[in-house]
Amino acid sequence: MHWTEYFGPLAEGAWVTVQLTVYSTILGAILAFASGIGKLSSNWAIKAVSVAYIEVFRGTSLLVQLFWLYFALPLAGMALGIDLRLPPVMAGVLALGLNIGAYGAEVVRGAIQSVHKDQHEAARALNFTSRQTLWTITIPQAIPEMMPSFGNLAVQNLKDTALVSLISLGDLTFRAEQIRNFTQDSTTIYSMLLVAYFGMALVLTALMRGLEAYVSRWRMAGS
Amino acid sequence: MLFGFEWDLSSPLAFALSILPILLTGLLVTLQATVVGFALALVLGLVWAVLKAAPSRIISWPVSVVIEFIRDTPLLVQLFFLYYVLPEYGIVLPAFMTGALALGIQYSAYTAEVYRAGLQAIGADQREAARALNLSSARTFTHIIVPQAIPRIVPAMGNYLVSIMKDVPVLSVVTVLEMLNVAKIVGDRTFDYLIPLSLVGALYLITTLVASAGVRLVDTWLPKEGIPLK
Amino acid sequence: MTDPIIKFDKVVKRFGDLTVLNKLDFEVQRGEKVSIIGPSGSGKSTVLRILMTLEGIDGGVVTVDGEPLWHEKAPDGTLKPASETHLRKMRTQLGMVFQQFNLFPHMTVLRNITEAPVKVLGLSKKEARQRAEELLELVGLADQAQKYPGQLSGGQKQRVGIARALAMRPNILLFDEPTSALDPELVGEVLNVIRKLADEHDLTMLLVTHEMRFAKEISDRVCFFDRGRIREEGTPEELFTDPNEDRTREFLAAVLDEAPGTTG
Ligand SMILES: Nc1ncnc2c1ncn2[C@@H]1O[C@H](COP(=O)(O)OP(=O)(O)OP(=O)(O)O)[C@@H](O)[C@H]1O
Ligand SMILES: [Mg+2]
Repeated sequence: MHWTEYFGPLAEGAWVTVQLTVYSTILGAILAFASGIGKLSSNWAIKAVSVAYIEVFRGTSLLVQLFWLYFALPLAGMALGIDLRLPPVMAGVLALGLNIGAYGAEVVRGAIQSVHKDQHEAARALNFTSRQTLWTITIPQAIPEMMPSFGNLAVQNLKDTALVSLISLGDLTFRAEQIRNFTQDSTTIYSMLLVAYFGMALVLTALMRGLEAYVSRWRMAGS
Repeated sequence: MLFGFEWDLSSPLAFALSILPILLTGLLVTLQATVVGFALALVLGLVWAVLKAAPSRIISWPVSVVIEFIRDTPLLVQLFFLYYVLPEYGIVLPAFMTGALALGIQYSAYTAEVYRAGLQAIGADQREAARALNLSSARTFTHIIVPQAIPRIVPAMGNYLVSIMKDVPVLSVVTVLEMLNVAKIVGDRTFDYLIPLSLVGALYLITTLVASAGVRLVDTWLPKEGIPLK
Repeated sequence: MTDPIIKFDKVVKRFGDLTVLNKLDFEVQRGEKVSIIGPSGSGKSTVLRILMTLEGIDGGVVTVDGEPLWHEKAPDGTLKPASETHLRKMRTQLGMVFQQFNLFPHMTVLRNITEAPVKVLGLSKKEARQRAEELLELVGLADQAQKYPGQLSGGQKQRVGIARALAMRPNILLFDEPTSALDPELVGEVLNVIRKLADEHDLTMLLVTHEMRFAKEISDRVCFFDRGRIREEGTPEELFTDPNEDRTREFLAAVLDEAPGTTG
């Protein structure tokens, strides 16, 4: 097998990696907002659930979470009499999203808290409800603040997708492993693999920068 | 049986208790890999930071690219690379050392940034003051800059120590018997993954909580103004 | 005189051990323009912030338009602390212009002015827009509607701040040092707008300011605050030309000295 022939299977794997990254980043962003806002809630039940989620997923290892969802959850389901077997893609997206969401939650919380108290006072003087203040004043101003960290987390997430190869999901790393098993051409295949991830990370970083510029338009204006 | 410990499958609780010593053996390996990986990251990161601060672009630019490359590629792939490629060039390391090296390399990209930010934060005015006092640049560095940088650097490094610990399970792919690998083996043999994997989760939670508390403790204990080197 | 629109009855306000307002009695009549002057830390902003419900009180009763602001009447006639619903109802009477403008930086000028009328008062977008355009005309910024606050000068920002407060149609408008964050050459344009508003008979205005000449010109009454009390009050002529109290005289001498020929 000539090294140029590696491109086909690697491209197939890369496509899986891209999809995993996109889906789990979206899931992670939703969870990050939900639990980051939840952690600031005055409702103790919402707050407790948010804090528990954040602490558990930040406090344990992603690979442990992935294995737990893939190997242990079905057994827990069996004990409860429900079918909780997840296809590898589901387990992968879920583990990645849950993990990155917990880290994102702290970013969301921090950014929301960084919005100046003056803004809350102005909102109060205009008689906005606290919910209106959160959604129309605080969060839109907090989002640009979150973007640099979200960019880092997205790249982190892309790198983390490599772990799903360990539950035999056909991502980029998995395909590379298959080729290596077949050809024993380790140096070439792993060099290509590293470069492929690097390239994807650069593209992702550029996309996140673009998104950051888009959501911070008002900041660029004038000042 | 694993590491000389038998498991007791008579009840879930008995099972959990009986595999605890096995998992703790794995935890010990996890901690060892964490410490060695962290030490390598600290040293290698310092090397990157110094090279990156080099006045010549011929040095600083390629180093920046290398750091970015390391930071943007998965630990797992770097580990595979070291594990399968190094032996082709006659470098044969034990799996544990390969794993620790991969951790050290991956995290050196992060620690390099911590060093850089920590040193940069000691603003130009401090350097200026040192120049006004006619201190040599070497003396300025060791007596003024480094002591002030330490309290800024330590907390961030502490957080990476905890992160490294959470990345150790990746080493299981090259047969390192860290905690997750051990639990997986127990699961494979007993067909019960729920209890071993849940226990690993719980042990991780406890360990990272303790480690984070330790990092915070060190942080509060460090004088913010800086530490004299003598 | 008719019933006052604002009444402070033995109001106490503390921050920890510091008593900022000590049994303050203070009244403002409907349509009256009152300036509050006094040294830093004397509690001027606190009075406005209590009225805007940004700060609670520790004793006494504040009444706005005959209704207690920080209390609600229980069925048995006693007063209990106000609920958020009550505060929201009371707030519709009041508007505030902040020293630091506090515009929403992520919204255009137009949206800064229309957002609350649409979301809070339930105006249609079209109505709100129409009202905003009128107000922008009034403050002389009709051509800036699509800009972001970051693109405006301080004076322009403050004029948007005034338009934003007016868009809620308050009966009472509170100004907390509206010009003290501005470069001297931009103070005039803001004062001109406030002067225009002062000619409106219905609007009650409460203005904390260091612009003595301006206060003299637009106020019906000037109150000199000192250590959480009104040390002296009267018409601008009385207070500025012939104060009774030494403290007032000292204060006036100091500020007039420090800012000779205050812009007006
Ligand atoms: N949130 C707060 N916490 C603690 N102390 C406060 C707080 N807000 C105000 N104070 C104190 O209350 C006192 C009165 O404050 P206030 O802002 O009303 O003064 P002011 O008359 O407006 O002064 P200035 O002219 O400086 O604006 C000051 O001593 C101030 O330090
Ligand atoms: Mg004030």
